[in-house]
Amino acid sequence: MYVAVKGGEAAILATHDLVAEARRGDPNVPEISVAQIREQQALACARVMNEGSLYDQDLAALALKQAQGDVIEAAFLMRAYRTTLPRFGSSEPLDTAAMAIRRRVSATYKDLPGGQVLGPTYDYTHRLFDFALMDSPAEMAGLDPAVSGRDDTGASASGDARVKPEHDGLKAPLDATMPRVPDILGAEGLMEAEEPPEGDPRPFDLTRDPVSFPADRDVRLQSMARGDEGFLLGLGYSVQRGFGGTHPFVGEVRVGEVSVEFVPEELGFAVDLGYVTLTECQMVNQFQGSKEVPPQFTRGYGLVFGHSERKAMSMSLVDRALKARDFGEAANYPAQQDEFVLYHADNVEAAGFVEHLKLPHYVDFQGELELIRRIRREREERLAQEPNTMPEAAE
Amino acid sequence: MTQKTPRQSWMATLARASRSEIETLLGDPPAHDLLKAPETGTVMVEGRAGGAGRRFNLGEATVTRCVVRLSNGRMGFSYALGRDGRKARLAALLDARLQDEAEGSGLHQGVATLAAQQVAARDLASRKAAATKVDFFTLVRGS
Repeated sequence: MYVAVKGGEAAILATHDLVAEARRGDPNVPEISVAQIREQQALACARVMNEGSLYDQDLAALALKQAQGDVIEAAFLMRAYRTTLPRFGSSEPLDTAAMAIRRRVSATYKDLPGGQVLGPTYDYTHRLFDFALMDSPAEMAGLDPAVSGRDDTGASASGDARVKPEHDGLKAPLDATMPRVPDILGAEGLMEAEEPPEGDPRPFDLTRDPVSFPADRDVRLQSMARGDEGFLLGLGYSVQRGFGGTHPFVGEVRVGEVSVEFVPEELGFAVDLGYVTLTECQMVNQFQGSKEVPPQFTRGYGLVFGHSERKAMSMSLVDRALKARDFGEAANYPAQQDEFVLYHADNVEAAGFVEHLKLPHYVDFQGELELIRRIRREREERLAQEPNTMPEAAE
Repeated sequence: MTQKTPRQSWMATLARASRSEIETLLGDPPAHDLLKAPETGTVMVEGRAGGAGRRFNLGEATVTRCVVRLSNGRMGFSYALGRDGRKARLAALLDARLQDEAEGSGLHQGVATLAAQQVAARDLASRKAAATKVDFFTLVRGS
């Protein structure tokens, strides 16, 4: 018999103290500041902003600090905070063609208008540890006159001090607007068009209304933009490996700043709220065409907050896979099934359901325990009554 | 937005400016009523599929707004990304003052300077990116 009990308040208060201590770590190590995380862990902040579905670099940094770097916990904090805020409305749709480009590469056109801009990327690094980021000459102070006696010019103190400012003045700025690569193909009629539906309707908002299936493209894109990067990466990878039948080209990946414009009711004109950093990916996929449509490429689209290329690419792979129905393709694989993708992409919900298993299930389990004991008892009684049969085989 | 009005331009500049830049530009805050105290909320940011197609909700962004009224009745507004309430209030005061001041006044010149600094910062970032632009060259093989 189980009797409900209360308790644990003191233990919970003590765990709050303990988690604060664990978060702080060794007090001899300087405490990390939110500004340091925002400035020096920007890619982690971008992931938290995406999965937390809230663009605010300071809050993302705070969330990471508070969550000891646990990205999903940090996204959860962002989601929870978001619900406390009033929503003023929706922005004007972003114009990514007017992005201030920091990085822009295409795997389909070598000489595209505006050029290939590598920007800040790890793509061409050797993935070898850079111990210069860890060591500082100060550690040897007082031991080695050659080190301790010299002025710290910054050149050897940190790998990130290797800035070459002389480059800045040499190059002309990039073009203010660069065509999106699918638009170049589109001009020839070779690319599936992306046009707003009749009347350019307001998009569905899954934070306000329940999702139903089949889900339209706007629902799918919103869901993926806030979805778990790892989950979408796995699904995108599965598509490439044959569980979805597309192995596309990267038409373009671009990273940069885009203005957000909002029309406040009381003003009646668009106000430019400032820049957000975005990553956009367009995948070019093959398509056979049909009686009505001449052969043309189809596309997958990814758009996310911050510098998040892996996420934008994964999103665009899965976006194309989820168009299976539109092109009369069989939806045999997980990445092609909207219900599967959308119900499982949300890591905050997924984590909640998985982690709720840690909460007390004492009563449920008592029920199970009673049941299994009764079944075993009955089985033993039955066996005792039929001593000459071969019970294991007969059952 | 194709052509911005002067007010849209200065509001955009103020949205991108730091709190201290706005503080410096405004100087001593004029007497005013707070019609809408600084309030932080969100704006749902919309994108378009493929960059030009169907609208979808990308995610929200924090925005802080404020509305003030000067003693002469002029109203000033501020809307900007982020959660800085003090910046919003000072920017709203500047918006009100700028509407009253003649073009070419010190205040307008100050905003123009800020705008020029923002253009210069953007230009510098673009030049740094341009340094990573690829120059392809072709190797001729055989005869």
